Amino acid sequence: MSFLSIRDLSVRLKGGPPLLRRVSLEVAAGEVRGLVGESGAGKSMIGKAVLGILPPSVAVTGGQILLDGTDLLALPPAERRRRIGALAALIPQDPLSALNPSHRIGPQITDRLVDILGWTRADAIARARALLDEVQIPDPGRVLRAYPHELSGGMRQRILIASAFAAAPKLIIADEPTTALDVTVQKQILRLIAGMQARHGTALLFVTHDLGVVSKVCQRLSVLYAGMVVEDTTVAAFFAAPRHPYSAALLAATPKYTDPSAGLNPVPDAVIAAIRAEVAAFDRAAKHG
Amino acid sequence: MLDGRSLVRRRAGLRLWLSCLWLGLLGTVALLAPWIAPRDPLAQDLFLGRMPPFWLPGAEPGFWLGTDSLGRDVLSRIIHGARVALLVALIAGSATCLIGATLGLLAGFLRGWVDMVISRLIDIWMAFPPVLFSILLIAVLGPGLGSIIIAIVVIDWTRFARVIRAEAMAQGAMDYVASARVAGRGRIGTMLRDILPNVLPTMVVLLTLEMGIAVIVEAILSFVNLSISTDDPTWGSMIAEGRASIHQAWWVLVFPLVTLFLTVLSFSQLGEGLKDRFDPVLR
Amino acid sequence: MPFLRAILVRLFTTAITLAGVAVIVFVVIRVVPGNPIAMMLPPGATDADIARLSALYGLDKPLPAQFGIWLSGVMQGDFGTSITTRQPVLGLVLGRLPATLELSLMALAIAVLLGGAAALAGTRARGTRTEGAIDIANGMALSVPDFLWGLLLILLFGVLIPVFHISGRVTPSLDLPFTTNFYLIESILRLRLDLTADLLGHMFMPALALAIPLAAIIGQLLKQSLKEVMNLDYVTLARTKGYGETHVILHQALRNAVLPTLTLVGVQFTFLIGGTVIIERLFSYEGLGNMAIDAVINRDLPLIQGIVILFAVIFTAVNLIVDLLYAVLNPRLRHA
Repeated sequence: MSFLSIRDLSVRLKGGPPLLRRVSLEVAAGEVRGLVGESGAGKSMIGKAVLGILPPSVAVTGGQILLDGTDLLALPPAERRRRIGALAALIPQDPLSALNPSHRIGPQITDRLVDILGWTRADAIARARALLDEVQIPDPGRVLRAYPHELSGGMRQRILIASAFAAAPKLIIADEPTTALDVTVQKQILRLIAGMQARHGTALLFVTHDLGVVSKVCQRLSVLYAGMVVEDTTVAAFFAAPRHPYSAALLAATPKYTDPSAGLNPVPDAVIAAIRAEVAAFDRAAKHG
Repeated sequence: MLDGRSLVRRRAGLRLWLSCLWLGLLGTVALLAPWIAPRDPLAQDLFLGRMPPFWLPGAEPGFWLGTDSLGRDVLSRIIHGARVALLVALIAGSATCLIGATLGLLAGFLRGWVDMVISRLIDIWMAFPPVLFSILLIAVLGPGLGSIIIAIVVIDWTRFARVIRAEAMAQGAMDYVASARVAGRGRIGTMLRDILPNVLPTMVVLLTLEMGIAVIVEAILSFVNLSISTDDPTWGSMIAEGRASIHQAWWVLVFPLVTLFLTVLSFSQLGEGLKDRFDPVLR
Repeated sequence: MPFLRAILVRLFTTAITLAGVAVIVFVVIRVVPGNPIAMMLPPGATDADIARLSALYGLDKPLPAQFGIWLSGVMQGDFGTSITTRQPVLGLVLGRLPATLELSLMALAIAVLLGGAAALAGTRARGTRTEGAIDIANGMALSVPDFLWGLLLILLFGVLIPVFHISGRVTPSLDLPFTTNFYLIESILRLRLDLTADLLGHMFMPALALAIPLAAIIGQLLKQSLKEVMNLDYVTLARTKGYGETHVILHQALRNAVLPTLTLVGVQFTFLIGGTVIIERLFSYEGLGNMAIDAVINRDLPLIQGIVILFAVIFTAVNLIVDLLYAVLNPRLRHA
């Protein structure tokens, strides 16, 4: 019943340290799950593992990734690619580098429909237009014929969002989709993503370091530290009373924009030390186990 | 885990050794030529013309690699040819390096009208077909070692000038140069004391490349019969003769060709190996 | 408007370059020791004969005057008369040009094919032993100049396994029905494919010799460029859509990787054209380069001038075409 089920996924740098330590999480069909943690916690790595785009320097050392019941890691590469392409999509972080500068916008949205799913060009273009309307891009005809460098960052992110929904995926992984945008634009884009997710009923794995974003968009969340899942709960429960000391510290560290006199509260050293000890214990157990 | 890059890195050490080995061998042979060459390279004996190398039937004992149409010993001529080749390589290579790098440094660091003049000069120079220009120069200057060296310098100085100019420009924009100027050092002083050491690795690499090119140019010029003189043993003239009698006496072409091949290859692999050593990223 | 200005500036600098070339050539070859006229006449020629012919060719006037005369002639399309053949230089030179052009372009085609294949194969196999092997082969091909490759090819395929011709442009006994000197192109257009085969059999070895160093440069540069592009986000995104490695390299990465290599390839192509001088000599191929060497040996001053200027024009033309191509292929520049 979970559309995406990650079980004990372990990933390491080849010839180096582990990057993901037996990560488990579930995303139900149509659900929005947040994945939070500081930089380097491994959030993006989980998304990349699911989509099959781990860098060549990284290797999976154990676990399963079940997409709609089938373990992706057990499939041969070509089959895995097809499955992922048919069922999932990515909203990337940087709109400036995620579009091919030599191709027009149109083909970058319709290519997967025509090449992989066998749609006719006419149907694909119609779908692209409809999606551009949905993301509120004016004059879709002109935009489809344009090159990426002619458009603004905000526009490009909308296009990438539209493109993600093009093949009607059951799961979308949004990898920090608002981080690279102007603050003024971030809110709009967030609302856009949330709206489209609700309309299309797509499951969404939302990777971010911003707890504020999570509170607005997600139903459940996982907190990650050094590749380990530290907490896994509903958003409501989390913001009311986080269970793990690290999560609590994270929550406390979020600046309160409404109260400028309240100072900044970095995560206390004691908490860091404690969680590091947890990680070390995990590694020791993994070595012997 | 075997990474293609690690394979190349290992090779870098190997090729440095191999090229040094060959060049060292060549240098020794060239120095000791009059004593180790089995025969007089100029001695003709028409009765012994076109004798095959020692492992083939009909070979004349003592002429290890066979003889050419005039009965001259191929091995001895190759040995003596090494002298010319290395002499040209060293002198012409260094001269080209010196002149080209100097002009490049001046242009890249001083900028302004100096740069404009030198850059325009480089453009004009690069519009000449190099081989044709060298042949022309030799025809004008007459045959001889000096002419060849002048010809090589005149043709190839742009190779150094362009690269060193670019590097000097890049270095000149860096902070350490600004601080040197602030400390009161004059422009030429800065150029020599601060920038020069930093472009030195590139210069060394290009120098090895240039030496290989010098050997080739000399070979081409003597192939076209415009080098030292028709009698003196050079690899190029041997190749020219070998080309003409290729069906009757293939060895006259093959042996000097292989020697030339290995020499040019060694020079450039030496340069590549040095470049890898100097490259901080790979280390 | 700024586009027009750019073109004018470009034409101006080109004119200066060509003028510079003309001056240098003019000066260099008139420093020649030995009177070319004297070389041409039979040994019994009197001083009066030599003087008369020198006056005829204008060689008795001061240098700047000679240059002025030559320049004004050039403006009207007259490049002088060849001393050795008594024919107009322009006609001679343009007559040999097609042979060299065909050879150079064929070499370019071979280089692009070989180099491109090496780069694509190397990228496809990146991180494996195969890539290392391709790199080593590339490095060796780069280190060795066209002259040596030509000699090697002559040995291998002209003598050892005689498959190709190693001399001349075409089998001498053949009757050629061509009107222009573009033999290869005409033979195809006239559907005389037997002649095409003969021509290709003669051209292949010299073209290959010219091509190998350029192919190695293309292979190295393009692979480097491709590897950089393959790390970019839009390539990763394409993978998530379900595309395989080959498609990603060819459709997503290639077009963006080609651009940086273009300018360098253009410069290297001019070196290739320069290499035709010695390669044509090596293979006795009747082109511009071969004629040039003869002209120098015979001290045929007007012919030498004409050939060098023509080479210079070709080089600048190639540079111009490369820059135009770059502007056309780069979408950013097109709309700027």
